Amino acid sequence: MHEWALAESVIKAAVEHAGAEKLKKLKETGVVFGGLQAIDKDVFVFALEEMRKQFPCAKACKFKIIKQPAAFRCKACSHEFTLKGLKKTKDEAEFIHFVPEMAHAFLKCPKCKSPDFEISAGRGVSISYIKGNR
Amino acid sequence: MTSLKVSVGSSHRRKPVSRFRRDLDSGFRRNDGIKKSDPARRLCHSNCNFQASVDPRPSVIEERLKKVKRIIAVTGWKGGIGKSVIACALALLLAKKGYKTGLFDLDFAGASDHIILGAGGLFPKEEKGLEPPLFEGVKFMSVVFFSENKAVPLRGANVSDAIIELLAITQWGELDFLVLDMPPGINDAALDVLRFAGKAEVLAVTTPSVIARDVLARSLVLYRGLKAPVLGVLENMARGPAPKGIAARLRFDPGLEAALGHPAALIKTAFCRDLISALKILKLEE
Repeated sequence: MHEWALAESVIKAAVEHAGAEKLKKLKETGVVFGGLQAIDKDVFVFALEEMRKQFPCAKACKFKIIKQPAAFRCKACSHEFTLKGLKKTKDEAEFIHFVPEMAHAFLKCPKCKSPDFEISAGRGVSISYIKGNR
Repeated sequence: MTSLKVSVGSSHRRKPVSRFRRDLDSGFRRNDGIKKSDPARRLCHSNCNFQASVDPRPSVIEERLKKVKRIIAVTGWKGGIGKSVIACALALLLAKKGYKTGLFDLDFAGASDHIILGAGGLFPKEEKGLEPPLFEGVKFMSVVFFSENKAVPLRGANVSDAIIELLAITQWGELDFLVLDMPPGINDAALDVLRFAGKAEVLAVTTPSVIARDVLARSLVLYRGLKAPVLGVLENMARGPAPKGIAARLRFDPGLEAALGHPAALIKTAFCRDLISALKILKLEE
C-alpha cells in the first residue's frame, strides 16, 4: 500500500516542523486529502496510527483528515472543471492514484478537449496546520 | 518627489533556519490551492502553531535514499547525445559485476529506458510504497509504468511534482548504485533531483560536436556552483583526437542500434566494451 509511504512523509514533516518550532509534543495535525489522488483513508489513518509510535513527540498526535475536491483550470480555454463527469478506466484511476500528474495523460478539458490544464486544487496529500505544546 | 532607499550589502547576518522553515520561506513546498474559504483553512484555529499548505513528501526522500551508497546522475544538456543508452548500459554493467543497482528514468518527456532495455510489461510492487521491478538484475523505475506509454503533457512544475512523488514513494532498499537518467538540460526537475539526491555525482555526457561541448562547458560551471561533484565527462560517439577535459571516450558503434531492446546483446557491443574501460577511469568499480 503506497499510502504507508505518504503517511510516513506526513509524520516526518510534522515532526520536523515540531523541531523547527520547538514544540515538545504534537497535539493535532491537519492532513488534506486531494480528491485527485483518491487516497484510501482507512489505510492511511491506520499507517499514521502505527507509525506515530516511532516518534516520541508525535505519540499522542491526532490527525484530522480534510477532504479537498479536485479542481482543474484549462490552460487553453480557461474553463474550470472538476473530476465529476471525467471518464477514466480503473487502470487509469490507479495510475493517477500513484502519480496524480498522470491525469494529464488520461483526462481532458471537457469543453475544448485539451490535455493542457492546471490542477488548481485537490492534487494529493498535504499538511494544512499543526498544533502542539512548547 | 519620493526617494527610494536601497540597502546594498546589508550588515545583518541571516539567522540560521531549519531546512523545513527554509523550504517554506522559499516557497518551494507547493501550495495545494487551499483558499481562505476552503474547509482545510476553516478548520485551522487561532491556537495553531503553524498554518499553511505544506508538502510533506520532501521530508521522506532522504529516508528513501538512505541505503543507496552512490547516486550517479547521468546528465547531458543536449538531446540525442546518448545519455539514456549510457545510463541503461551503465546500470546493466554494474549489475552484471555484482553490484546492487537501480535505474530511474527521470526523462519524463522522452522516457526511453524501457525501450533500450526491452523491459516491457513491468509494474512496481505495492508494499508500503512502490518497489521497483527487477529487470536483468537492475531495479528499474520509470514514469512509463503509469502512463501506458502515452504522451504526458507536463509543464515544468508538474514534472517536478511527479518526480518528487516518485522519489517519496519508491522503496529502493539497499543499493550500491542508483543510476539516474536525468532530464535533458537544466530545469525545475533537474534542479530538484540534484537538491533531493544530495549525494548525487554527475556523469556528464557530450559528443564531439562543438555545440554539445559548448553546452557541456556551461553545465560544468553550473554544477560547480551547485556544489554537485562531477565524476567525469564521457564523450559519446567519439571520433578524431581526444579533446581536453574528457575522462573517457565511447567510440561510435554502428552495431549499437540493433542491440537496443536486447540487454544480452547490448552489453556485448563495442560501445559497452568502451564503457567497461571507462568504469575504472571514472572510479565506478574497485
